[in-house]
Amino acid sequence: MGKYFLIESQSPFESTEVNYNYELASDLAISGHEVTLFLVENGVLAVRSTDTSLDLTKLNQVNLLADEFSLQERGIDSSEIGSNIKISSLECVVNAMAEGQKMMWL
Amino acid sequence: MSEITLTFLVMDGPFEQARTTTAFRLIDAALNKGYNVNVFAYEGGVSLSFAEQKPHANTVHGRSFEEENHPLTKDWIAALQEKAKLKECQFNWTNCGLCIDERGVGNVIYGCSRGGPKDFWQWAIQSNSTLVIGTK
Repeated sequence: MGKYFLIESQSPFESTEVNYNYELASDLAISGHEVTLFLVENGVLAVRSTDTSLDLTKLNQVNLLADEFSLQERGIDSSEIGSNIKISSLECVVNAMAEGQKMMWL
Repeated sequence: MSEITLTFLVMDGPFEQARTTTAFRLIDAALNKGYNVNVFAYEGGVSLSFAEQKPHANTVHGRSFEEENHPLTKDWIAALQEKAKLKECQFNWTNCGLCIDERGVGNVIYGCSRGGPKDFWQWAIQSNSTLVIGTK
């Protein structure tokens, strides 16, 4: 099975396409692939644990990461973030590329 | 020199999208790790290296030329070129020639070359990984 590294830079509040992207991540994981979904730029607006409408909470089998710089830019504190999401940096994107993971900017 | 080579394709023009800043941050992160980096600039992305970009003051915010310290993408590319030298890794920036001609931005900074999609394809098959940062 493959390793997929998906990058989402939009929030579900600005495009309905984003929920389909979440579904793609979920479907790949359910199919047995190792999947990381990296949220950057406005993509991190979806990480607040108080946003109950978000489909991010359904992505149990996906490794969810949020870019720390993007969180800081938007004033999102680590205490606001859902427990299934880890704070990360762009360095992990570069690491995934060096490892040869399948990269896709959604 | 690292044996890792990463290729990026950028398509957004300067001063428009957050993706441009993120792309530069990614390239910077790769060079920090000593990786070789290829960048193919396509469509609007070819204006990132345009040598005639000029900074300006910001009268709306009441800031002078010096206070505004306006960032230019051509300077970011030049900074990445310098970082690559310090890290002793390869940094290649190629612009799509047709895209350059369409936009009249052929006067690019030193170190950026002219090519075509074939160059991107060759980089993609030779690199450890390729990331396409497309327009939305």
